[in-house]
Amino acid sequence: MAQTLEIRDLRVRVEGKEILKGVTLTVRPGETHALMGPNGSGKSTLSYTLMGHPKYEVVDGDILLNGESLLELSPDERARRGLFLAMQYPVSVPGVTLYTFLRTAASAMRGYGETARRNGDQRLHAHLIPAREFRQEVNAEISKLKMDQTFLNRYLNEGFSGGEKKRAEILQMALLKPRIAILDETDSGLDIDALRIVSEGVNHLQTELGMGLLVITHYQRLLNYIHPEHVHIFYNGRVVHSAGPELGEKLEAQGYDWVQAEFGV
Amino acid sequence: MANDYDDLRQIKDQAQEDFVTEIDYAYQSRRGLGEDIVRDISALKGEPQWMLDFRLKALETFMKMPMPTWGVDLGLLDFEEFYYFMRSTERNTRNWEEVPDAIKDTFERLGIPEAERRFLAGVETQMDSESVYSSLKEEWARQGIIFVDMDTAVREYPDLVREHISTIVPIGDNKFAALNSAFWSGGSFVYVPKGVDVEIPLQAYFRINAQNLGQFERTIIIADEGSNVHYIEGCTAPQYSTWALHTGVIEILVKKDAHARYTTIQNWSRNVYNLVTQRAVVEENGSMAWVDGNLGSGLTMKYPAVVLRGPHARGEVLSIAFAGDGQHYDAGAKAIHLAPHTTSLITSKSISKGLGRSGFRGLVRVVPGAVGAQSKVACDALLLDRESRSDTYPYIDVSEDEAQIEHEATVSKISEDQLFYLMSRGLSEKEASAMIVNGFLEPFVKELPMEYAVELNRLIALQMEGSVG
Repeated sequence: MAQTLEIRDLRVRVEGKEILKGVTLTVRPGETHALMGPNGSGKSTLSYTLMGHPKYEVVDGDILLNGESLLELSPDERARRGLFLAMQYPVSVPGVTLYTFLRTAASAMRGYGETARRNGDQRLHAHLIPAREFRQEVNAEISKLKMDQTFLNRYLNEGFSGGEKKRAEILQMALLKPRIAILDETDSGLDIDALRIVSEGVNHLQTELGMGLLVITHYQRLLNYIHPEHVHIFYNGRVVHSAGPELGEKLEAQGYDWVQAEFGV
Repeated sequence: MANDYDDLRQIKDQAQEDFVTEIDYAYQSRRGLGEDIVRDISALKGEPQWMLDFRLKALETFMKMPMPTWGVDLGLLDFEEFYYFMRSTERNTRNWEEVPDAIKDTFERLGIPEAERRFLAGVETQMDSESVYSSLKEEWARQGIIFVDMDTAVREYPDLVREHISTIVPIGDNKFAALNSAFWSGGSFVYVPKGVDVEIPLQAYFRINAQNLGQFERTIIIADEGSNVHYIEGCTAPQYSTWALHTGVIEILVKKDAHARYTTIQNWSRNVYNLVTQRAVVEENGSMAWVDGNLGSGLTMKYPAVVLRGPHARGEVLSIAFAGDGQHYDAGAKAIHLAPHTTSLITSKSISKGLGRSGFRGLVRVVPGAVGAQSKVACDALLLDRESRSDTYPYIDVSEDEAQIEHEATVSKISEDQLFYLMSRGLSEKEASAMIVNGFLEPFVKELPMEYAVELNRLIALQMEGSVG
């Protein structure tokens, strides 16, 4: 089921300081929105807030997914409703292999644990997708992203290069099949080939799932591969200007200095 | 919401009370210590005079030694409170029907095979694995391997027992080793002949006619030159001990070019004092590994030791401790380098939850002349709650210039960012915490045989449920 993400006049404080100062934005099914802004404008605060990081305090406004407010929901509840955040700096979890993590997460998202609980199935692996079935699925996705199988045996994000982390994020997205995906600086740390492969992966998923995309980026680079219909300039905790794809090109050519002059922020 | 972990504990405590009152003992000593009890034990077992003398000497030593004033608080330990010997009737001590449903459920949830459940609940005094055991027994006999309980060993291999007992852990090594020497009952005797590679791990529950985990188990393992053996004691499932004081002594001799590994996981109920002495002597080019998991008991003092006596001997101690409310571990490891080019690796992982307290006490000693000795100690502590506590007491005593010692210690908490990351992928807070904890324990778990690893992961998940939020 396709879903619409609606951000309404969102105000957020971090450690007592107001970072988001009234963000309003709507992402409909199948749409791609780019949110561009200089460092420190609050882009990542927005992405973490949408996903429900406890450090970010919403003081006003609302976040709605298909009309339902997400504010009272924990990150896992948001995830199960179809929201996904590809993080800029995914943390490492030592001792947990990427494979174990993917299987556990995909199983949780697809309700295997709940089914097992409901049926009183107490076998050791009842809460997980059957191994063979999941192995096939993960192998198919991993080859699309041109990743090596051995990658699955490594500990989650531990010692991953910047590019490997970003691919692992997209691999997770492919397996968790979100309805709304937020890509936070997914292009950083990727070389040109990786950028192309990752973008193709994202585009393919968007077509397949009818996903709405919110692409947060500093540069135009990624937008050469993932084509947004809407580009928003984010500055000082707010969306100050919205237009079509040409806006991305203007930012690439002229930088952000003119934004301050023009929008007086 | 009901908390599985607390349930589990209640079950354990309840089970204990239930069982204690129901067991019909063929013989039970009076409460407290005394020479009369030592004599009774020895007579009941039909032991030779030398063993009785050994026990009496140990009792005398025990009486003279002061209580340790370090480690865990033993202030409430009253030796006069305990029974020092009980012999249950020959047949089943409990009926399966009498085992509370809650315990059966726990076994179910842990995925423990039917045969093991009956054993763990104390219904069977041995595993119902006779057929497996018989073929193994023949194979062992063919290879000259001795694997029997200690009582049998005293009877059938008196010279071997007499030659080795208390050579590695002397009677007066510590007060609890003396106590064990006086009252020991249960435990295994293992001898692996020269050059024999024991392919299947020797598991204590294969032993016939012996209670698996006694109050004062005494185990001796001798790996003769060039042999290879893995011995496994205990299991991950909750153990309904009817004993409140457990003081084992494990002595292992690893001869030239031999390899031995001793894996134990204990999950005693919380009323148990677990005060164990484990020590191995390793000769030239031999290797010894202690793999030691501690989940249960209330107060624990346990420092598996490797004494590297021959050149190029290697020793490893890999341990985990999971301390929940009301549990205090003072655990650690010792590596004594007595010869050149000996190496030791000590890895300790501890988790403290709620009011649990977990301490690491490590000793690395290198004597003069042990040139080229190398030792690495790494201890990592994970605190799950604000009140949880972890302490590290490393002692390093190096008298040889040409030795290389490394020590690392870390203390961490489950980070908000890790939780957020895993939860953003659909894992509940509990599932996410359990995953982080299992990851923390991975270096230990991967050293376990598969079935133990699976059980341990599951057990940790059960223990973690309800630990946050």
